[in-house]
Amino acid sequence: MAGQTLIPAGDFRTSYAADTTAFPTTTSRNAMIAGIALVCFAPYVVNEYILSLLIQIGIFGIAALGLNIVVGFTGQISIGHAAFFGFGAFTSAYLSNRFGIPVFFCIPLAGVVTAAVGLVFGLPAARLKGLYLAIATLAAQYILLDFFARAEWFTGGSVPASAEPFSIFGYMLRGDKQYFYVVLAYVIVCYLLVTNLIRSRDGRALVAVRDHYLSAEIMGINLTKYRTLSFGLAAFFAGVGGALYAHYNQVVSNEGFGIDRSIIFLAMIIIGGLGSIMGTLMGTAFMVLLPESMEWLSVALRDSPIDQFLGLKNNIAFLREMAIGVIIIVFLVFEPDGLAHRWRQIKAYWKLYPFSH
Amino acid sequence: MNTQLLIQLLVNGLVVGTLYGVVAMSFVLIYKATQVVNFAQGELLLVGAWVCWWLLTKYQVPFYLGMPITLVFMFLFGIAIQIVILRPMIGEPIISVIMVTIALSTVFSALMKWMFGVNLQPFPRIFQTQNVNILGLQVQTVYLMSLAVSVAMMVGMAWFFRLSKYGLAMRATAFNQQVAQSLGISVKSVFAMAWAISATVSAVAGVVVAVVNGVSAGLSAYGVKVFPAAILGGLDSVGGAVLGGIIIGLLENVAHFLDSEYLHWGNLYEIAPFYALIIILMIKPYGLFGTKDIERV
Repeated sequence: MAGQTLIPAGDFRTSYAADTTAFPTTTSRNAMIAGIALVCFAPYVVNEYILSLLIQIGIFGIAALGLNIVVGFTGQISIGHAAFFGFGAFTSAYLSNRFGIPVFFCIPLAGVVTAAVGLVFGLPAARLKGLYLAIATLAAQYILLDFFARAEWFTGGSVPASAEPFSIFGYMLRGDKQYFYVVLAYVIVCYLLVTNLIRSRDGRALVAVRDHYLSAEIMGINLTKYRTLSFGLAAFFAGVGGALYAHYNQVVSNEGFGIDRSIIFLAMIIIGGLGSIMGTLMGTAFMVLLPESMEWLSVALRDSPIDQFLGLKNNIAFLREMAIGVIIIVFLVFEPDGLAHRWRQIKAYWKLYPFSH
Repeated sequence: MNTQLLIQLLVNGLVVGTLYGVVAMSFVLIYKATQVVNFAQGELLLVGAWVCWWLLTKYQVPFYLGMPITLVFMFLFGIAIQIVILRPMIGEPIISVIMVTIALSTVFSALMKWMFGVNLQPFPRIFQTQNVNILGLQVQTVYLMSLAVSVAMMVGMAWFFRLSKYGLAMRATAFNQQVAQSLGISVKSVFAMAWAISATVSAVAGVVVAVVNGVSAGLSAYGVKVFPAAILGGLDSVGGAVLGGIIIGLLENVAHFLDSEYLHWGNLYEIAPFYALIIILMIKPYGLFGTKDIERV
């Protein structure tokens, strides 16, 4: 049935399997495959600058996906995600420098180590919920940052740690063009993993914990286990993202893993849509492009009256920060379901066009 | 053992701790009355301090005039935040509300940096004498002032909640919103009032810190220290917040003492409150005086 038309004129879900498929129609699956194939040509089409933005979207998208597991799917709050991201970056650099493990294995290993740290900081989840947990993750953020500054054997202290470039079977990948495919592969694997996780028994348990934790516990779901697990999973993806970030920049400094980065991660998933997998990527793209587009705007407005009034050149950093805050508030007040919801509405509109009701 | 240093640090701890207590008190006030965890508390301090500094240096307003203007401004500012931003969020999930206050803190701290720059600005001198000798200990006048103001704020707050009509209305709302409403209390105005008072009290604390240390973006760190203090005291206990603040202030300085005398780890005092926070959350999550929220399935 579904395979014959572009979009079926109704929801024909006659079996449980049909209800939980990753792609609702064959067309949407083919569109996704075609989209990925199209993205594969990106390094040959776009310039260096846009390529670097795409890589950033991929890297932050993986970390934001982890945050969406804990916030969007399990309904817990984490304000310390950037610290886990940083921990993954340092771990991967440390593993490859200290033990000479190939970078290919370092990245997932960094994810596993970060997941272990995430589980430790998720332990308060055994007894706490809601805002108490939020405050515990805030403490985790500061404690981990302090650890980065203190543990010179691990991070190099004030001297940034260097990270080896990515290599596969002894073949060094150099430059953004080749690294792009590494990131793309990780993005596809991570997003497929999480899509399938949410379709599984454990994924449904996470969603049940979010929707009504008392009912979930009555149904036999172990709250402590799943809350802690969600923190571990979130930290895993943060670690993988951080490791990719480390080997992309090939240097890891203490900067950039602070609470402001954590807020940006939260902004990504709120703008994209809490509990939406593809929305995470949309939100990440939005948050990566927002500061850049402000940069373009400030260049375009140079020496205009607006520029003279605002002093754009010197104050662009503060204006960016403000824009992040304002965007979060605007989305929470006017579009709490995020870009994913808007996208669904646009699709629904065109599906029924010209009969919109 | 360096007794002189220890005593000096304990005095410091007491002074800073009472300030933490005041800020934590205004944080708990918002939480109790409106169930909003305010991550922008530190920015309220920051805004208050900058406004006062601006009046005093730019317009040469004398302190006794500049301070009341600042307080009136902060009162209106608090009401404005509540009405424009927090009121539409009533009934939204807790994560949305928390995110809104986090976003507010980002906006305000960036706005203050944009308007006043990132450098530390010294506050105009208010007192003539620098030091007072108390029991052979040199204490700075500003420290005494800080202690006196903090204690006055606490007493004022206690009076407000126990004896004033508005304070009673606020406690009634915190206890049960529906019952309060049926008794003719306007819950809307109580919510706005909670933010207004909290912003005003925070501004006083902000000005006090500014007089002691000068104004800079670092002031908002007080907003983060509020969490260990408020959690230690119990998130919904005003008295607990004060006690928690003092304990955290003393803890910081004891950590500083141990660090400088014995351990030499460096910067221990900055991170000690957060370790304390994690430990409290692990063993006694509802704090010393907080309401225990027990659910059994």
